[in-house]
Parts: sequence; C-alpha cells; structure tokens
Amino acid sequence: MFGEYSLGDLGSIFAMQGFAGLILFSVYLLMALGLAIIFGQMGVINMAHGEFMILGAYVTWLTAEFFTSHLPALFSIYFFVAMALAFCAAGALGMLVEWALIRRLYKRPLDTLLATWGLSLILQQVYRSVFGPREVGVTLPDWMMGSLPITDVIEVQINGLFVMGLTVIITIAVFLMIFHSRFGQQIRAVVQNRQMAGAVGIDTEKVDRLTFGLGCGIAGVAGSAFTMIGSTGPTAGQLYIVDTFLIVVFGGAASLFGTIASAFTISQTQSTLEFFLSGSMAKVITLLTVVAILMLRPQGLFTLKVRR
Amino acid sequence: MTPIGAQPTPFLLSVEGLTVSFDGFKAVNDLSFYVDENEIRVIIGPNGAGKTTVLDLICGKTKATAGSITFRDKELTRMSESQIVLAGVGRKFQTPSIYEDLTVFENLEISYPRGRSVWGALTFKRDAAVRERVAEVAEIIFLKDKLHERGAFLSHGQKQWLEIGMLLIQEPDLLMLDEPVAGMSVSERIKTAELLRTIIKDRSVLVIEHDMKFVEDIAHKVTVLHQGRILSEGSMEKVQSDPKVIEVYLGH
Amino acid sequence: MKRAPTFMDRKDLLALATVAVILLIVFPALLDGFRLNLVGKYLTYAFVAVGLVLCWGYGGILSLGQGVFFALGGYGMAMYLKLEASSVENTKIQSTPGIPDFMDWNQITELPLFWQPFHSFPLTLILIVLAPALFAFVIGSAMFKRRVSGVYFAIITQALAAIATILIIGQQGYTGGVNGITDLRTLHGWDIRTDQAKFILYFVNAALLLGVVVAAMFVRDSKLGRILVAMRDKEDRVRFSGYSVANFQIFVFCLAGVFAAIGGAMFTLQVGFMSPSLVGIVPSIEMVIFTAVGGRLSILGAIYGTLAVNFAKTSLSESFPELWLLGLGGLFIAVVAVFPNGLAGLWRDYAQPFIDKALKLRSVDPADPGAEVAKQAAAAAE
Repeated sequence: MFGEYSLGDLGSIFAMQGFAGLILFSVYLLMALGLAIIFGQMGVINMAHGEFMILGAYVTWLTAEFFTSHLPALFSIYFFVAMALAFCAAGALGMLVEWALIRRLYKRPLDTLLATWGLSLILQQVYRSVFGPREVGVTLPDWMMGSLPITDVIEVQINGLFVMGLTVIITIAVFLMIFHSRFGQQIRAVVQNRQMAGAVGIDTEKVDRLTFGLGCGIAGVAGSAFTMIGSTGPTAGQLYIVDTFLIVVFGGAASLFGTIASAFTISQTQSTLEFFLSGSMAKVITLLTVVAILMLRPQGLFTLKVRR
Repeated sequence: MTPIGAQPTPFLLSVEGLTVSFDGFKAVNDLSFYVDENEIRVIIGPNGAGKTTVLDLICGKTKATAGSITFRDKELTRMSESQIVLAGVGRKFQTPSIYEDLTVFENLEISYPRGRSVWGALTFKRDAAVRERVAEVAEIIFLKDKLHERGAFLSHGQKQWLEIGMLLIQEPDLLMLDEPVAGMSVSERIKTAELLRTIIKDRSVLVIEHDMKFVEDIAHKVTVLHQGRILSEGSMEKVQSDPKVIEVYLGH
Repeated sequence: MKRAPTFMDRKDLLALATVAVILLIVFPALLDGFRLNLVGKYLTYAFVAVGLVLCWGYGGILSLGQGVFFALGGYGMAMYLKLEASSVENTKIQSTPGIPDFMDWNQITELPLFWQPFHSFPLTLILIVLAPALFAFVIGSAMFKRRVSGVYFAIITQALAAIATILIIGQQGYTGGVNGITDLRTLHGWDIRTDQAKFILYFVNAALLLGVVVAAMFVRDSKLGRILVAMRDKEDRVRFSGYSVANFQIFVFCLAGVFAAIGGAMFTLQVGFMSPSLVGIVPSIEMVIFTAVGGRLSILGAIYGTLAVNFAKTSLSESFPELWLLGLGGLFIAVVAVFPNGLAGLWRDYAQPFIDKALKLRSVDPADPGAEVAKQAAAAAE
C-alpha cells in the first residue's frame, strides 16, 4: 500500500496523520486515564464510561450555547469554563453512581460490567430525551480555529495542539495526584490492602467514591476534547468504549505510563492507517493487532512481575 | 544456573540450585535439598523465609528462575500444574481451598484419580468403587455424616480436613501441606494431628508448620529457611541447638 | 433429599416436558403464522442463552462476543441460500451472472474462494458446526492457556464482536455489507418463504433447541458440570487436583459457540436474511441479558428469559421506544443487583415452596442450585 508514494511523501504523510491523530490521542488518553484509574486501582469495569464522556461533551455544548447568548464578550474563554464544568458534572454523576450501585458490586467484577452497561443504556436514553436524538456540534472560539504551517505540506491544527497541551497538563496532574498527594497515597493503600488501609484509619468507602468520581470526571474532560473531533449524540460514547478498554488492557492495567504509551500507539496507528485504507479497515487492522498481541501477552505491555 | 536435565537420583525429590526472583527480589535463592522415599520433612522458618514459595515452585504454581526440581525421573520445572499432580505430587494450601458450592461428596469425587480429561469427565460414572472410596476417605477425615453438606456450610477446621481428604483420595506419592493446623481450635488441632499421623504413612511428606510440638512429633528431618536460603538442616535436636537458628528466632 | 444431580431425573423430565409442550403444542395452537415465526426467531436467541448458561453461569466465563458465533452459523446458512438463489438463470441481468447480486453491485466478477464451499449443502452444515468450534478453539486456546479470564476475557470477546461488525459492514462486496445477505429463497429447492415452510421450520427449530437443552443438561449433570462449578469457585484447587483448567474452559466455550451458531443458522432459515445487526457489541451483550433474566444457572430458564425479554421488547419498543431502553437498562442493573438468579431464582423463592406444599413433592437439594432452578423454571410455565 506504500508503493505509490516516495519516501519524502511518506514522511510528510506520517507527520500529518500523526498530528491529525493528536486529538484522537487526547480523547483516547483522557478516556483511558479515567478508565485505568477506575479499573486498575479499583478493579471495576465501567461500561458507561463513554456516556460519562458524552456528558462532558453535552456540558461543553451547553456552555458554548450559554456564552453565545449571554456572555458573547467572553466567548473566547468559554472552553476553559466548559472543561471545568464537564469535570464537575461527570465527577458528581460518577460519585452518585458509585454510591447507588457500584459499591454493592465490588466483589463481582463481571456483574459490575453488566450493571454499568445497563447504566449506559439508561444514560443514552436520558440524553436522547433531554437533548434530542440529533447530534450537536460546538463552535470554537476564533483563536482555536485554523492551523499552523510547519513545512510546505505539513500543517498542524491549533485546536489539536491546544487539546494536546491540556491533555499533557491533566496527565501530569493525575500523576502528581496519584503518586505525590495524600489522596493518591490513600488510593494506593486501599488498592494494595483494603483491610489494612481501613484499619489504619483510611475511610476506604470515601476513597472508592472519590476515585470513581475522579475517573469519571476525567472522562468528562475527554468529552470536552471530543467535541472537536466529532459531533455529540446520545450514542456517540459507545463507539469509544471498546477502543478505550483495549488501550487500558494493552498498556497493562496497573500502569499509567503503559496507558499513555498504548493510547499513543493505537491512536497513531489508526490515524496513519486511515490515510492508506478506508477508515473501517484501519480500525479493523488496529483492533485485530491489539487483540492478537493481547492474546500472546495478556498482561499488557507494561507490568511488573509480582508474587501472586 | 539453567535447569539441568532430569537424572535419576536415589531420592524421591531432588531440589537443586532452585532460585526464583520477583522483580529482582530473590524469594528463594540457590536452594538445594533432597527428600527420601517415605520421609517426613518439615520446613520451618520465620515469616517471609520463602517456605510457601518453595511449595509453589514444586507444584508448579510459580515458575523457577533457575535450578531444577526432580521428582522420580521427571523434571517438574518444565511441567504444568496438572501434569505435576498426575506425576504424584499433592498440595494443600494454607487457607482451606475447597469448592463451596459443591457437596463434600462432590468435592472428594473431583479429586478421585479418574476421568481427568475433558472426555473422561463427560463420561465419568459414579460407580461403586468411587462411592466406596469417597465414603472411606470421609470416614478418615471425620466427615462421613456430612457427605451431602455443601462445602460452604463447613467450619474452618472441617474445611481443612476436607482439603486433606481431597489430597488423600488423590493418592499422591509426595504430599505437601502448608500449615495444616493453622487457625484451628485446640480440639480440632488434636484431631488434625491424629489425622495427619494416619495419612503420612507410606508416602513422603513435605510440611510447613509453626507448631513446634507437632513438628517434633512427626518430623524425620527439619529444614530451616531464612531469607530464601537454607539456614540449617537435620534432626530436630540438631536444628534446635544450631546457634544460627537460635539467632534468627530469638532476634538479633 | 440430598443427592448429586443425575442426568434426566424425574424433575428434569417434567420440566423439559413442560417446555416441550409449550413450544410444540401451546404456541403453534395459539399463535397465528406471523407470531409463531416471531417466536421462532426469539427461540434462535435461546440457543445462545443456553450456551451462556454453561459458559458463564457454570464456568464463570463471560463472553460478550457470542454474536460472532451466531453470525458464523447465520452467515454460513445465508451464504448457501444466497448461492442457491443466485443461479445463473436468476441473475442473468447481472454483469456477472451466477454470483450474489451484492457482489455484482460491488464490481466483483468472481465468487470469492471462501464462498465456494457453500455451494454444497452437506459442507455448509458441517461448516456451521465446525467453523465456530474452530474459532472458539483458537480464541479459547490463546486466552485460557495463558490464564486470561474474567473481565479481560469479556473485553477481548467484546472487541472481537466489534471487529466482526466493522469487518462485515466494511467488506460489502464479500458480505453484503450493512444490509446483510438478503433475498434468500430456497433451501435445496424447497421454498422457505411460504407459510407452510415457516411452520415446518418452526418445529425443526424447536426440536433442535430441545436437543441442545438435553445436551446442555447432560454436560451439567456430568462430572464436567461439577468441575465447571469448581473452577468458577477455586480455579487453582482444580488445577492442583490434576485437571487442565484451560481444556475445560476451551471445551465449554466451544460448546457455547456451536450452540450459538446452530441458533444463527436457524435464524437465517426462519427470518430469511442475516445481517451485521445481530453480530456486534449490542446484540451480543443483549444475549447475556436473556440468560441473566432466565437465571444464569438455569438451562430451561434461558428459554423463558429469552422469550420474556423479547416479548417485552417487541411490545414495548413498538409503542414506547423510549421506555424500552430505560427498561432494558434497568433490567441489566436489576438482574445483578436485585435478583441475580433471575426468573429461576424468583420461582425457587416464591412459587416453588407453594407448589411443593400443594403437590407434596419432596424438597430439592439446596446444594445443587443448577439442577434445581432448571426444574423450577420449567414449572413456572404451569
């Protein structure tokens, strides 16, 4: 499939598709970070994760609408407000769900999977009833439109760079929170030994709830980023859930670094293949490769060898 | 050191140069010991000495980083867990590991050494031989009145006995027991000691145990592990008077 | 009465007979041709649900990709029927006569190699069973031998379902794309579109389903069934009792796959088409809910569960489509959080004690939920 391109062309194509894949990478990474925290740290499979992302997307859209009609002067900064609101909305819903449902199912991971699937169906229907079945799109402020030319053939979209930058900041923040904050220490303590953590005075239930909320909140931010590459509809989130899960598993469920590497690999592979093949075949090949690798190396790419 | 080929030895079990490391930490380090036919060997040592890991390595639950484990003329490090069982090694876990949703009868029946392939299990017939043997073992493990009780309803001690029974019915040549009397009431302890004395006849046994009185009672030979290495080995008296052992047990 | 399960004891027979009467006599007597065909379609999903009882309920292996196996059977049958419907005579207006119409539309001029075996009816039947078994074997060997199970397995199988759908839709020329394989006419010269043919196919389907149920009961009541339960509970103990756990997992996954494929083939025959809408993530996980509603440990419950959910879906989604998704979502949550043993569990807890009293039947063994719920589910029909 590369035959008809010269080496220089190929280089440009890879670079361009690579940059085009940045937003996809950001969405994947933010989604996967949320999932990895919830799955890796708590062992819970959240099938409604895509719907939490879409909640963030709807919140972003609502914020954009609000700024357009009430605060047009501040429109250029609405996106920052939207992201904060998306984080809060998805996080709050996440904590509610944890309290109402998830905490009853911690010992039954497969059942959690089915229950959260049910939750995703309910959320989809709620979105459809509240926002209508039609997909909505957001308008970006002027400064985020357009692209920066890097060479004659390679251009980078500004919103892509922007989202990428934000993703990096959020990822670093998550890292710091997990590995250098008191809350992160508590999360890790609960992961390693729930009983012991409880015995030394950590409120494990509260840690669970906050962890779940944090994961969902990050999914909400992913939803904000998502509004730049796709239109928001009630079922848009479902399309991402399989990819995101594969990213988490592929990276090694307990490794945040693995999650980043695998989100990057998968989004870039898909984005690059899309230039040469139809979108659907690019996806098939990417997913099949990941599944095949997981069959040979089920523990994912990055894991520690531990005594079991 | 790479696993060396299986060479016939006069011993039932030969462990040579056994090493396993978890992410750089050597839980078992260049360990060698030999178990005779019909020998009862007790492994003792402080917490974290690698005792359970040694059993894990022998029964295939953990793969060795280096070294060899020869049982009869078979190299166990290259075999799967089920193959090791078929070769004649039985393992009891530290916490009782039984099937809670099945009855005592069914628990024992599953360990009966027949019909272990998929096809064998599909066509397995519960004939008189199976019933008799299950009844016989149930009697030995004090559970003959509970044959049709679900595993979940047994007490902690009864679960331990059931697991011992499951091993017994398997008729292993080498029996490995990990703290068989831990967590038991005094009366259960006495009964278990009695039970163990009956079943360790005519086979080799490898036991991890903390109860020194019990150890003294049954052990032919004692191996003391410390930090993944052998600290001392020999008869109970010899080990007990070894200054290195006293040092480890009584603190620094 | 405390005994281990025996294959086809009195209660099993009674329960099975009840289902047989409902499927073979009550439904045909009460329902018109259209409705009966609809029930026939639902029953094809029950093949999947029965397989999931063994695989998920007993073995603890949750596959979210059963739609793929349903598709292997369904497409296999559809390919045979399509080739028969695409005789040179029927397709002489095409630029390449003798190949399926959708291939012609996609500028394909030669029948692809993987379609060739489906010219032969015996080969088609063999492949309908063999292809899913082989596929399940490959996936199962790769995963179970490496000790992958639980949620990992569920996610990977779900990914497979997603991949299969994208592939089928993307490769329009070879698969009929999003519309699927349609316009199927005859089976070995016998027109399957007539009312009479549909009537007969209903009975063939019901009989096959009962056969699958008996096979599943045989597996459940064999020692293999108890090993599955044991594995779900303490995988390591089974391993250290000398069993190769992976082989048992592969077996039950293959069996569930073959069951699903038979259902898929019967779907194609009764409904007259096969399409990717029955393959992907959503239909695959819905099949799990059929099993869960019936009671994940109840073989006959799987049939009741499938029928109940599908009746509800048909009647609700026609009149209140919004309610249906909410209801389905609620159902997923309810079957795990509120009644994890499904209809069979409700029957056992509320109806059975009452009936036992009335009939003075001996109480059943609480140690054996599987055999028990199946029996109780059957009585639910009375």
